[in-house]
Amino acid sequence: MSIKILHQGLMTTIQDLGRYGSQKFGVIVGGAMDSYSLRLGNLLVGNMENEGALEITLYGTTLQFEKETLIAITGGDFLPTINGIPAPLWSPIVVMKDSILKFNTAIKGSRAYVAIAGGIDIPEVMGSKSTYLRASIGGFKGRALQKGDVLPLLHSNNLENENPITYNNNADNWSINYNELINFSKHQEIRVIKGTEFDRFDLESQHKLWMEIFTVSIQSDRMGYRLEGTSLSLSEKFELLSEGVTFGTIQIPPSGQPIILMADRQTTGGYPKIGQVISADLPTLAQLQPTATIQFKEVTLEEAEHAFIQNERKINLIKKAINYKQKN
Amino acid sequence: MKSSQLEVNIKPLGDSALIIQLGEGINLTLHQQVKSLSAIISSRPFEGIIEFVPAYNNITVYYNPFLVHNSHPGSNSAYDKVSGHIKKISKQIKLDKKTDARIVTIPVCYGGQFGPDLVNVAALNNLSVEEVITIHTSSECLVYMLGFAPGFPFMGGMDERIATPRRETPRLKIPRGSVGIAGKQTGIYSLETPGGWQIIGGTPLDLFLPKENPPTLLQAGDQIRFVSITPEEYLAYEELKT
Repeated sequence: MSIKILHQGLMTTIQDLGRYGSQKFGVIVGGAMDSYSLRLGNLLVGNMENEGALEITLYGTTLQFEKETLIAITGGDFLPTINGIPAPLWSPIVVMKDSILKFNTAIKGSRAYVAIAGGIDIPEVMGSKSTYLRASIGGFKGRALQKGDVLPLLHSNNLENENPITYNNNADNWSINYNELINFSKHQEIRVIKGTEFDRFDLESQHKLWMEIFTVSIQSDRMGYRLEGTSLSLSEKFELLSEGVTFGTIQIPPSGQPIILMADRQTTGGYPKIGQVISADLPTLAQLQPTATIQFKEVTLEEAEHAFIQNERKINLIKKAINYKQKN
Repeated sequence: MKSSQLEVNIKPLGDSALIIQLGEGINLTLHQQVKSLSAIISSRPFEGIIEFVPAYNNITVYYNPFLVHNSHPGSNSAYDKVSGHIKKISKQIKLDKKTDARIVTIPVCYGGQFGPDLVNVAALNNLSVEEVITIHTSSECLVYMLGFAPGFPFMGGMDERIATPRRETPRLKIPRGSVGIAGKQTGIYSLETPGGWQIIGGTPLDLFLPKENPPTLLQAGDQIRFVSITPEEYLAYEELKT
């Protein structure tokens, strides 16, 4: 069982939910940018939520399946086709032997996920299958996928147990509802808690953070989203020592243009932190394309926690629905 | 430093992490406190805490609020539950407990292709190249924390006579093993990355060891001694690795 890469596209890597427990050694967490899409994709094919899957960026990856395989495509809509016929998203799909899955250009979102029943047969490095590009570890040979690569797959019994859409036999078309978890609009209101250095910024900058519209720059990647727009400044300069940062930390470098730290962020940082994107909004943020716009909305820590817990409950409900559907 | 109570100041870093602040600045007392508190956090598991990152004067603790919420009784927030746990265990710290520092020797080939900024560091400090090497190798450096890249040590204790500000324009590529100076700090690039430190030499040692546990050559709390080696010795080290 394997998948062959016919076209690599812009950038496709293997990601799971991240490499935890080694940040104190300077090892980044990495993992899927949009963790909700990865988890739902895995659930749709009967995997554990944290199994490694393909994360495809913006356009262009083409894959071929050596044997009949159960997969799910989630995340952004890249108008994928299987043997030239539009493929459904957010559904379990059986692709036949030798089928070609082609991703076009993203019309919604910026990252698509392909979860494969059983998972990808690659070793875990420091407890994770995520690709850590800068250190050349994890994933497939520590790098992004290239044309000609053959990804070995783990065996799965789910093909027999499931009730998926058999390709070309779309009679029982079903899919899950992701709408309450991820939003794919090109302008987003992103909820933010005040950062640890919020009070060190001048009043005008504090005000602008909530009032102005910021644009996601072309120079945004898995490490960080650089924002363009108004410049934010400290009341007076001060030196901050390097300390722990996290996914969604909004830091302000001397240029005054915010950077939001994303999945491949460094473990520590020394720029002042004006805000922190709430965890529940990170998948939506991760799906924004360059040139998309953001307005930040202030929420309390309690509201952020509530949103986190509500979303976990929604995922649990979807999980139950999938289990039910697969048995009936 | 007697076993008086540790003063902890906790603040949220978003909804899934918090920072335990122990003081301000860089000094040995704070470093020892960070070490003691890290040890106690490790030894008192709390369902929902994922991991923590010690820094110069604080520790960032990462947690999953849903797991914390479900695993611990009470209607208070996950943040309150985790900070309550931290406050409780921080009272059990014995601050007078001294731990012996491990001493690690790092061979460095100074100058030439390994240290393109050595001449510059010497000139800026009105020293000869030889004097910079002598001062660097006789400094007793302490690894305060790891960060920036896997296994990258942030070290203090370098002799201030060779303190040099970062380069105005950072380099796009700094080779793995490069030994650099930034202000009063000295550090070693564990991977090839962009960077702005003044590069004075290179070590043939690998600082990031992904197949080993712990996965880094150096740990916070290690004492570092640099020794000068020749380019021939550097090559001999490289050959030993293969």
